[in-house]
Amino acid sequence: MTAAFLLFSRNRMALAGGVILFIVLLLALAVPLLPLADPDVTNTANRFRPPFSDGALLGTDHLGRDLLSRLLWGTRLSLAVGFAAATIAATIGAAIGVVAGFYGGRLDNIIMRGVDMLMAFPYILLALAIVAALGPGLLNALIAVAAVNVPFFARNIRGITVGLAHKEFVDAARLSGLSRPQIILTEILPNVLPVIVIAMSTTIGWMILETAGLSFLGLGSQPPQADLGSMLGEARAALISHPHTSVVPGVMILIIVMSINLLGDGIRDALDPRLKSGALSRPMAATRVKREGPVPEPTLDGILTLEGLKTEFHVGTRRLRAVGGVSLAVRPGECLGIIGESGSGKSVTALSVTGLVASPPGVITGGAVRYRGEDLIGAPYERLRAVRGGEIAYIFQDPLATLHPLYRVGDQLVEAIQAHQNLGRKEASAKAVELLRDVRIPNPERRIANYPHEMSGGMRQRVGIAMALANDPEVIIADEPTTALDVTVQAQILSLLDDLRRSRDLAIVFITHDFGVVAQLCDRVAVMYAGKVVEEGPTRSVLEAPRHPYTARLIACVPELGGGRRRLEAIPGLPPPVDRLPDGCAFADRCAKVRPVCREGDIPLAPQGDRAVRCLFPEEHPSREAAE
Amino acid sequence: MGGYIARRLLSAVPVLLGITVIVFLIMALIPGDPATAILGSYATPENVARINRELGLDEPLWRQYLIWLGNMLQGDFGQSFALNRPVLDEVVERFGATLILAGTAFVLCALLGVIAGTISAANQYGFADKAITFAVLLGISIPSFFLGMMMILLFAVRLRWFPVSGMWPIYGARDAAALFSHLAMPALALAVVATGVIARLSRSALLEVLRQDFIRTARAKGVHERSVIWRHALRAAMVSILPVLGIQAGFVLSGAVYIEIVFQWPGIGRMLVDAILRRDILLVQGGVIVVAACYVFFNIVVDVAQSLLDPRIRT
Repeated sequence: MTAAFLLFSRNRMALAGGVILFIVLLLALAVPLLPLADPDVTNTANRFRPPFSDGALLGTDHLGRDLLSRLLWGTRLSLAVGFAAATIAATIGAAIGVVAGFYGGRLDNIIMRGVDMLMAFPYILLALAIVAALGPGLLNALIAVAAVNVPFFARNIRGITVGLAHKEFVDAARLSGLSRPQIILTEILPNVLPVIVIAMSTTIGWMILETAGLSFLGLGSQPPQADLGSMLGEARAALISHPHTSVVPGVMILIIVMSINLLGDGIRDALDPRLKSGALSRPMAATRVKREGPVPEPTLDGILTLEGLKTEFHVGTRRLRAVGGVSLAVRPGECLGIIGESGSGKSVTALSVTGLVASPPGVITGGAVRYRGEDLIGAPYERLRAVRGGEIAYIFQDPLATLHPLYRVGDQLVEAIQAHQNLGRKEASAKAVELLRDVRIPNPERRIANYPHEMSGGMRQRVGIAMALANDPEVIIADEPTTALDVTVQAQILSLLDDLRRSRDLAIVFITHDFGVVAQLCDRVAVMYAGKVVEEGPTRSVLEAPRHPYTARLIACVPELGGGRRRLEAIPGLPPPVDRLPDGCAFADRCAKVRPVCREGDIPLAPQGDRAVRCLFPEEHPSREAAE
Repeated sequence: MGGYIARRLLSAVPVLLGITVIVFLIMALIPGDPATAILGSYATPENVARINRELGLDEPLWRQYLIWLGNMLQGDFGQSFALNRPVLDEVVERFGATLILAGTAFVLCALLGVIAGTISAANQYGFADKAITFAVLLGISIPSFFLGMMMILLFAVRLRWFPVSGMWPIYGARDAAALFSHLAMPALALAVVATGVIARLSRSALLEVLRQDFIRTARAKGVHERSVIWRHALRAAMVSILPVLGIQAGFVLSGAVYIEIVFQWPGIGRMLVDAILRRDILLVQGGVIVVAACYVFFNIVVDVAQSLLDPRIRT
């Protein structure tokens, strides 16, 4: 609640709205006490006096009545009617909604049918029909406006109540022998009340507008009594000759409604958790780059090299170090596996390569990513775009979420092709069919007309792979491409990727948390933990003789390589939170052989032949039993 | 597809019936006695009973409803006593003018709203976003009738760009150019509020979609950011924008009442207000039912458009 208040007070527009509304309300309440002229006394000798004339600050209207006085009395009336309509609509609507939602069944069905019926009416029309039946007059206008807003409240509150009716605390109340009306009053109502208040704050502006509208049409307040709407309606006849009589009430309505809307938006934003967490901010076309240090010199050899890559998430004042200085290299025709638990930073590493980390909150804070020697970190957008899908292509995890649900797969393939090649629609379509054939999809001519939801998971992932191959890339980054698939389908996809790699001399970076997959496909493997590579080397030798205790524990979790798919959580404890990484080894807290020196300062990734390990006391006797 | 449209049309029948019930009930609530209204306050009880019998008012309410409904289905909406002309003729004539006005305003608000919302989302927290957000706030807070009056002052009286009011020039040809110059201001004034609502919703729908995985896929393919926003994200966002377009169509259609009054547009809204003030009940009934039916039909069109947009619901 305090956080909500903070956000609210930071939102200056909402604050301004609140202040203005407060002043208007104060004025409206104080009207009878103010030294104002009688709003209804006519003085035709003094009609249409301009603003700022003696004795009439805002001038006079067509009957010589003081406009300032009429304005303030009218404001008072309009506000009162608007608030009254909102309260009535909210009360009746909420009552209907709570009853329908709580009792459910046929009663709910009948009530909601009626509500739907009312909502099928264009709004103002229904109000007009009600006023037509009851006759013009302010009270009738109020009833009409309240009535047309009842369905809105009923529907909203019913939705909330249905959710509440099956919560544990309501069941508990039932079991304790409370009657249904009692439960509604003691359990349901307190929980829906905030929702009712919010819904009121967002609709009250509308209601003031609507009652003003009915009065403007001559169907609301009747002379001599005037609210803002009828003042405007009466002034309309003199619009061209004496505009000030129209401008004064019109601007007042605008001020009132605008301040209410500002305030309502502020309340809504303050209560929306997604805004607080930044989950509603638009990710930019490329990840923000803010290097905090020099660009590392190229030392590694390969078609794609990462050197000291650092990617962080800046959320509020917290800095989550997702990738804390990763160096990797992959050569043409080689498959590099990156393995680690979820949250170890492997996906963020992969996405950082072409600036695909969602930003905000993602920021690349250091290091270099070189493709054929060219640094991609901080490259201009057009260059990044050419690399993405052109030279470096991605395959993502869940193709149902990663393919566009509303375009045919053929069109998505064609788009991928045309993003990089100057081909006509027809040639691109033909190429799309070829691609589907390459990834062994039967009947590709027919399949290109399918939508993603019409395909099986395996077929969808084949489409994902075909899309990655569309422009003959040099490097493919596959981010857990088989995790969402059945074991048999997974094997097919893996062998497909392996064939493609050999026939096209592709470099593949394969991200997974499954050692079986690594053993099947990868030449080399890098093990990541808490945003860093802790061990690297040829797959066989790492699997047979892991040197980092973490790797050893990971492998021990897999009873039979290539067979089981047991999860990796079997290591006691959890990885450290990446915004509070400990000094020294991040695995120290979970390590069986930790010593005090492990927690003192950074431990480098120490190369040893074709392997490297980030440990002061690497495993000396590789546990052969575990590798078998 | 054909089956879907047929099912949707069929489901509109109970809604339409419900609308007639609501209108009938509202009108049945009217205090006062038609017989006395016709005969004057000195009518004898015998004469009142005779008139009631002739009008069918001695029947139970449900029979009265069925007779009324049956007549309407045969195209007989009754006679407007103030205009002395069949209700249906008057309604159809006036409704044409309203459709021109509301249709134009709807196209305007749908286009402008979606475009403004998309630009706003694409430049979140940037200058364009702030400017649009402020304009939207102003737009949804200003009463359309006040806006219309101010537009008359500025564009018709001061700048003389457009005629002050009416649908056609009093003298001169009734051609497209004349219609356009008369239509521009009212259509714009009518569109403003709905534009604001649609822009607001489009912005948040787009922001929601831009976080989704398939947007990242589009970027990873090397699709230009322009296409990412205007093709991938907007198309997906349209799924949640379209239903709101349907609701806003209702607002535009009925909000036309105010605009027709301000701009002296010979539409059905003005007719309804006049009829209410004259207590011409049959005319009110006819007008309300025709507009509501049109709105129901339009919502079917929106649903069909929705199913064309989203292949997943076309089953």
